[in-house]
Amino acid sequence: MRRSVVNALPAIVLAAALLGAWELYADSGATSSSILPAPHTIAQSLWSNAGLLSHNLLVTGEEVALGLALALALGFALGVLIHLSPALRRACYPLTVGSQAVPIAVIAPLLVFLLGFGLLPKLIVIVLICFFPVVVTTVDGLAAVDPDQLKLLRTLDASRLQAFRFAELPAALPAAISGARIAVTVGVIGAYIAESQTATSGAYAGLGHEINADLSSLQTARAYAAAVVLFAFAIACFYTLSLVERRLAPWANQSRGDLR
Amino acid sequence: MPTELQSRAQRHTSRMTRANDGISLNDVSRAYRDQRGASVQALAGISLYADHGELLAVVGPSGCGKTTLLELICGLQTPDRGVLQCAPAALMPQRDLLLPWLSALDNAALALRIAGRSRAAARAQAADLFAELGLQGFEQAHPHELSGGMRQRVAFLRTLLSGKPVLCLDEPFGALDAITRAEMQAWLDRALQREPRTVVLVTHDVEEAVVLADRVAVLSPRPGRLRVEIEVDLPRPRSRTDVTVVALRERALHALGMEDS
Repeated sequence: MRRSVVNALPAIVLAAALLGAWELYADSGATSSSILPAPHTIAQSLWSNAGLLSHNLLVTGEEVALGLALALALGFALGVLIHLSPALRRACYPLTVGSQAVPIAVIAPLLVFLLGFGLLPKLIVIVLICFFPVVVTTVDGLAAVDPDQLKLLRTLDASRLQAFRFAELPAALPAAISGARIAVTVGVIGAYIAESQTATSGAYAGLGHEINADLSSLQTARAYAAAVVLFAFAIACFYTLSLVERRLAPWANQSRGDLR
Repeated sequence: MPTELQSRAQRHTSRMTRANDGISLNDVSRAYRDQRGASVQALAGISLYADHGELLAVVGPSGCGKTTLLELICGLQTPDRGVLQCAPAALMPQRDLLLPWLSALDNAALALRIAGRSRAAARAQAADLFAELGLQGFEQAHPHELSGGMRQRVAFLRTLLSGKPVLCLDEPFGALDAITRAEMQAWLDRALQREPRTVVLVTHDVEEAVVLADRVAVLSPRPGRLRVEIEVDLPRPRSRTDVTVVALRERALHALGMEDS
């Protein structure tokens, strides 16, 4: 317990210093509070809008969680296929890389047009953003399996499938989670883009939508409060995935145990 | 040593005809391509045999094709020239190559799982041997939690449980400290008394070869050729300070071109 406090101390000190500087700058009157509200104003807004923000967080959280799960499943499957078939690697890899250059803002309205106002177009946007790091880390994880290990399995009469099952799959799974950990932070931005670009029929449209609506109605403090919630959510997702990765691959984290 | 070579050749031909769980290489050559694509002759016309239940030690300088030899015996490579007759062989590689995500017990039982046995049945069969090999209490430990000697024992158990009549051990104790190595040699000696197999033991350690083997084959530098073959017809367990053991060790060192200092 005391160790975890000590570990968290640098982060707390840095955050406090940054917030302090922000507070001083905002209070000095150099900018209008409708452009840069002071941290204490944002905190007040956070408190008084807790209900609204938590409902919106549920909407965005669902999008990110589902989108990430889908990206993990699809990215892992594609990574495995790319690893197993050189032809598929040549066919899919350039397109996979290219998918990252697709201007999401342009195709998002198109997705709404095709798929309606529901969850689906938002999920597609998030998956499109998130699955690439998963593919890359999965392919690298599969390729990093010791060739001598595979040789040994061959002397034990393992089939190609068994070699995959016993050696490659367990090595690649934590790698894929590692990719998802990278993906989740951009995935939150993806959710913001998805909500900004696609209209929603529900009562709560998510934090991204909330931010845009508040900014256009000059409710700047509430927009910042919503951003703070997104910020905290992204951090929580990242560390949850770190925890999952450690659970899945305790052997791989012997030497880098302090990424808490 | 012309007489010894002659008698070896005679024995060799007589044993070639027997169908058993041994191995026999007759005039085997093998080349491989190095990273730049150049052809490297690893083995040149090598003849070796080991009968069922015999331990053949292979010693030689680094790069004399010992690993190639084991991969030929295990069927990972095929000879370019010559005849190789060999019962199915399992490899215990130089590095233990235990799977980090499996427990010690599951690592030992890997071959059984691959053969299609259920997880429970495979574990039960491996657990019986665990106690016998001084590994009891470490069944659920993962490889990174085991000492070097224990990892080697688990790797040996995995090789043994493959059920193959021939075991190829590639410098199994090379990475261990001297005390652990001596313990492991004594342990291997006992394990093979209980569970006789045909063993090809590749080692840098001439003393290890003489203490453990029925026959020691000394190879030349690359390309590997057979320099001399030394019969070790001594009762077990052998002491490394035994006069005959020391004499045989010096003969092997002499054949390697290294004088005992």
